[in-house]
Amino acid sequence: MSKTKKTVIGLLLVVVLIAVVPLFVLKGAEFGGSDDAGSVAISEITGSEYEPWFTPIMETAIGGELPGEIESLLFCVQTGIGVGIIAFVMGRFVERKKKEDRLDNAK
Amino acid sequence: MNKSMNIREKRFVAIAAAIALVFGLTPVANAMHIMEGYLPAGFCIAWGAICIPFLIAGYMSIRKTLKENPKTITLLAMAGAYVFVLSSLKIPSVTGSCSHMTGTGLGAILFGPTAVSILGIIVLIFQAILLAHGGLTTLGANTFSMAIAGPFVTYGIFVLCKKIKVNKHLGVFLAAAIGDLFTYCVTAFQLAMAYPSESGGVGVSVVKFLLVFAPTQLPLAIIEGILTVVIIIGLETYASSELAELGYLAGGVK
Repeated sequence: MSKTKKTVIGLLLVVVLIAVVPLFVLKGAEFGGSDDAGSVAISEITGSEYEPWFTPIMETAIGGELPGEIESLLFCVQTGIGVGIIAFVMGRFVERKKKEDRLDNAK
Repeated sequence: MNKSMNIREKRFVAIAAAIALVFGLTPVANAMHIMEGYLPAGFCIAWGAICIPFLIAGYMSIRKTLKENPKTITLLAMAGAYVFVLSSLKIPSVTGSCSHMTGTGLGAILFGPTAVSILGIIVLIFQAILLAHGGLTTLGANTFSMAIAGPFVTYGIFVLCKKIKVNKHLGVFLAAAIGDLFTYCVTAFQLAMAYPSESGGVGVSVVKFLLVFAPTQLPLAIIEGILTVVIIIGLETYASSELAELGYLAGGVK
């Protein structure tokens, strides 16, 4: 295994560790979302409940809050689009490099 | 030479990770982007207006890059996709709440800070409309923090690291990580300006919001830094010709 490969795998392991460890260390933590918490901080400062003056366009359209499952679906769609493009481009690069290397060897 | 750098790099990452794990194990709530309807209208318009020149500069910068090197469009697509992926992944943090990364570092390093503003605003519009995450009224403020301020810091640090001849990957790591962290500092500042504390004014509010954001974001910033290094290593291996066209390998500064 080349040194680059080792570095990459090592780095990815660190990433996974940083992401997963809190889950096990902080048992019972909520890992709650952002929006409610942010508004709590605001109402703590202003001292009163804050009423947003504009509701998200999607919530207006469906007349309520976006269901949690649908929200995760849409987040997955976003991830999927991104991963798809990265994988496609990276795949092209890898194959191109292989081809170039083969041509160089044939010379 | 190269090997010792790598060991140093690894050591640095390990230390940084350790600090992140020790840092603030108190449950703190967090927010990612500023929520829809949470900024007074005046602020929404002001932040939006500030963003416009950057967006125009970004559009022209992208057009120029693509005109000079049409091949680099693949890398541009990749930088955009990278923002898509990273800003959609909510990751648990040491503080017991979740946050996500920005992913703007890669684009800033490859294409310069203004170009990223275009990539960033696409993602923010997607999230604001479909996900009720962020918002259309706060689009200007969120664009400024995530797609303008963060990338500029990233780019500045990357160029600085290059000037003082820091190892290139370490430079990429620092640039992406600090840019990510800075994005959330700007968000805290924006919220504080809109909600100055009654007792202490804007200053107290900044501290309060920073305490909400920073501990949660720190480990994520480190993850973002590492992932950006990984992508850069991949590109260096397989797409050196495009990187050369962008000037990344030669000087990086365009």
